[in-house]
Amino acid sequence: MSTAVQPLDVTAIRKDFPLVSRVLNGKPVIYLDSAVSGQMPLPVIERMSKYERDEHTNVHRGVSTLSQQATDYFEAAREKVRRFIGAASIREIVWTRGTTEAINLVAQTFGRMMVKEGDEILLSGMEHHANIVPWQMLAEEKGATIKVIPMTDDGELILESLDELITDRTKLLGVVHVSNVLGTVNPVKEIIARAHARGVPVLVDGAQAVPHLQVDVKDLDADFYVFSGHKLSGPTGIGVLYGKLAHLEAMPPWQGGGSMIRSVTWEKTTYVAAPGKFEAGTPPIAAAIGLGKAIDYLTALGLDRIAAHEHDLLVYATERLTRIPGLRILGTAKQKASVISFVVEGIHPHDMGSLLDGEGVVVRAGHHCAQPVMARFNVPATTRASFAYFNTREEVDVLVSAVEKAIELFK
Amino acid sequence: MSDPRELYQQVILEHNKKPRNFGKLEACTHHAEGHNPLCGDQLELTLVVEDGLVQDIRFQGSGCAIDMASASLMTGAVKGKPVAEAEAMAEQFRGMVRGDLEPGSETPLLGKLTLFSGVKNLPSRVKCAVLPWATLHAALKGEAEASTE
Repeated sequence: MSTAVQPLDVTAIRKDFPLVSRVLNGKPVIYLDSAVSGQMPLPVIERMSKYERDEHTNVHRGVSTLSQQATDYFEAAREKVRRFIGAASIREIVWTRGTTEAINLVAQTFGRMMVKEGDEILLSGMEHHANIVPWQMLAEEKGATIKVIPMTDDGELILESLDELITDRTKLLGVVHVSNVLGTVNPVKEIIARAHARGVPVLVDGAQAVPHLQVDVKDLDADFYVFSGHKLSGPTGIGVLYGKLAHLEAMPPWQGGGSMIRSVTWEKTTYVAAPGKFEAGTPPIAAAIGLGKAIDYLTALGLDRIAAHEHDLLVYATERLTRIPGLRILGTAKQKASVISFVVEGIHPHDMGSLLDGEGVVVRAGHHCAQPVMARFNVPATTRASFAYFNTREEVDVLVSAVEKAIELFK
Repeated sequence: MSDPRELYQQVILEHNKKPRNFGKLEACTHHAEGHNPLCGDQLELTLVVEDGLVQDIRFQGSGCAIDMASASLMTGAVKGKPVAEAEAMAEQFRGMVRGDLEPGSETPLLGKLTLFSGVKNLPSRVKCAVLPWATLHAALKGEAEASTE
């Protein structure tokens, strides 16, 4: 990390997160679970609350001043997302309920259009279930097959295998930008370039990437890039599908209903252009406005400063955890985000999770919706700590001593 | 919720480390597999039931300490007991860890299995403790699989 980056004022930032000052079961809450769901800062909560209190109505409806204002706020949030990920046009930003819905949308429109019997869908070996199951469902429907890009024991994709894995039948490549289990930052720009050289479009699951690194979809040349609001300091129930306009225009609508139509008669219905044709029904308006506010908040802090702080916590926690005998970190890629999965000899991750919880340390214990990754590393589950910009080295110290206490108990 | 350390007492930790009746009875009369899809815990129970008695019982599988110790202590508790009593124990055990026993009701059959009563204060772990008993219930009913989904 560049030393020129001004460090974050974490003490001030923590005042925006009441939860991190809470005491639960007699212990201060140490929230090391932002990869499961990020906390929302007060300005986001207050913006959503203001909308619901003073401004609530529907969008794209009628001529009332209130409706026009709501529409303006809602569309302004779309513009904030566009700028945040470097998309060319707000027409390329589709609101969804989250990453999962965005991938299902692509699978059931673009996927259904492109994939025929005997075709292949190529996925990386470190995908979340959200970027596996929708493609398996499509493959089953079409008689297509799923192929998998393998990874090393460090949790890095083996890109040399791409030449062989991409065939004339490959219709789509799906890859996670940052692994939710291993923390690996995948070289998606290179993967996309190699897929495009063979004429294969690429969907990138950016759910764990957008909170940690500056994403530029034009620079990456991603065909689709998807993420969720709640991992980006925003609310649940809102997510984003970025798609290249040419793809979105060629794709059929997904769900039918109000808002997505141009005109409806009993004989024939026509649809509005993208993104509207993918947004049937009343959207989560407060959530979209809240996500816009979250992007303002993160941008004001500075993504480079956030990245530097989280990298410091990652390095510090890795150093300290690595020194604990019997503890093994899964995911030791050279490029990592601030996510550490680990297992301890003789202690099941669920026991570790419960014991850490008893010390106030909130982590995720389980398969992380990535069972194929668990199988690859031959573990039933892991314990995972994930660090955000409001976490501190002192909180890492509490994690480490709680792990040591658990090991002592199981001796 | 209480301190989870109260649940992880020596008996439970010791049974986790050295589970009793671990393995598989090749000549079994009853058999079932149990899965906890949330945790990935899995368990295989084999029993020899003769003259209405659980003559022998073994388990194998992998899971957390609560699951392993529960299976180990369960096999010890039901071995040699009439099937009806084993079923009644399963009922009492489930009631105890789910915290849905009538106030004041007793669990006279459980003996040292009351060690697991603290599980009711850790709702996320109830299924781990119950899995062996759900699998026992399935095996005695002649069902091949049990799940705590």
